[in-house]
Amino acid sequence: MITAERKPIDEIRAMIAPYKRVLVLGCGSCVAECAAGGEKETGMLASTLRMATKMEGKEVIIQEKTLDRQCVKDFVILLDDVIDQYDAVLSLGCGAGVQAVAEMFSEIPVLPALNTEFLGETREQGYWVENCLGCGDCMLHFFGGVCPLARCSKQLLNGPCGGSREGKCEISPEVPCAWQAIIDRLDRFGSLDRLEQIYPPKDWSRKQGGGPRKIMREDQQR
Amino acid sequence: MKELSRLKRVLDQGGFAVTAECGPPKGADAETILKKAELLRNTVDAVNVTDNQTAIVRMSSLAACALLKPAGLDPVLQVVVRDRNRIALQSDILGASALGIRNILCLSGDHQSFGNQPQAVGVFDLDSIQFVQVVRTMRDKGTILGGETLTKAPDLFIGAAANPFGDPFSFRVIRLAKKVAAGAEFIQTQCIYNLDRFEKWMAMARDKGLTKKTYILGGVTPLKSAGMARYMKKKVAGMDVPDEVVKRMESVPAKKQADEGIKICVETIQRLKEIPGVRGVHIMAIEWEEKVGEIAERAGLLPRPA
Repeated sequence: MITAERKPIDEIRAMIAPYKRVLVLGCGSCVAECAAGGEKETGMLASTLRMATKMEGKEVIIQEKTLDRQCVKDFVILLDDVIDQYDAVLSLGCGAGVQAVAEMFSEIPVLPALNTEFLGETREQGYWVENCLGCGDCMLHFFGGVCPLARCSKQLLNGPCGGSREGKCEISPEVPCAWQAIIDRLDRFGSLDRLEQIYPPKDWSRKQGGGPRKIMREDQQR
Repeated sequence: MKELSRLKRVLDQGGFAVTAECGPPKGADAETILKKAELLRNTVDAVNVTDNQTAIVRMSSLAACALLKPAGLDPVLQVVVRDRNRIALQSDILGASALGIRNILCLSGDHQSFGNQPQAVGVFDLDSIQFVQVVRTMRDKGTILGGETLTKAPDLFIGAAANPFGDPFSFRVIRLAKKVAAGAEFIQTQCIYNLDRFEKWMAMARDKGLTKKTYILGGVTPLKSAGMARYMKKKVAGMDVPDEVVKRMESVPAKKQADEGIKICVETIQRLKEIPGVRGVHIMAIEWEEKVGEIAERAGLLPRPA
């Protein structure tokens, strides 16, 4: 999933300061799972902002709504009936959600309430970790299911570097060494010999060679 | 006249090589580099020039090497993959060779979070092993990545680093083997304070036949004080400073600690000379280049071959 965290409240307040009628717009997908932009967080942010503007004695209408998915046109279009009531949308979608709403409603500013972080997994309650770069050419089968591009600080395909210490990365004792994890996994499968092979330079053209990426599938098009 | 690597010649002729490290200044002053060159002249075979070491912005290693070369030194261009993508790396290789630089050390580089530009993007387009392979192919086949032919191949003696003190230990020699297979002709190691572990690593390297395929130079860094020993132990990535070394530094009065550090360094070199397969020593006297001559002298490494 795509993970995100809410921006500091002061930054959000500064962003919406020029507007009088603000729709706080949540998203029920990834950002709900990572407790940043789901219905609950959207309600909480809207009340916080209402309270704050009231304390300042400002007359601002702040209402909330949560779409199932902000990044899918079929859901964004549900705003069609209500969007004219507002002069700004404060989106708690990921970067893709913010832009999908902006794309559909070109007359209204769509402001990001979240900082979109990474593609990751929910490791445990309240703990998310990055584990995919979306490189466009998955190599996980070579590395025991641990991605060195996403999880090694130096993106080494032929690691570990000299900074691996007791399973931790040189940049911080808080960061696990991805290469230690790769070695441990391959050891379990009896595939340590794979480490002797030199992996060639990554083909980054699958990620950024054609500029911004798109997927077109005729079989899925209507 | 064809420019040659003095380092390669000394090693090929069977000598015990001596290299030192020279850190470029945090400024545009050529004089600093030339002053360091004078300190190192006739005391070492070649001088490694660090590439924005610990991710701190300094004069470029390529420029500093270009300053050392006409001063009569044999520079070893250190290049990290942290700051340049494959286009820039290959371009710098060609430029270095055109400037008469004849040695290169291919490195990953300290992570950008350690330095004074922690907001920088880390490039890491190639890793150090891939980089060795790229330079080797450029030199031996005259082609760049993707196979295009160069008008003239670069002429470089190709090195890589090894850290016998990183984890997991059992993998350290596999990594060395990969660097050798990629094309590393010489290896300079991380600073050695834990000689027992280094000897074990060397035994493993010999068992794999690696000492016959590459020249291994043991890295040493003289400690200036007990504080430095503690700092290296705790704060510097990939460093293994045993408690005995820290205690030995602490056991002498502050004023005498620098002398003790030099003494430890000289003893380390003497022990390295006895280890089969160790073909030289790399003296990294950090901002202490004036001591390299004394260390080399006391370790019986002088005079250097002409």
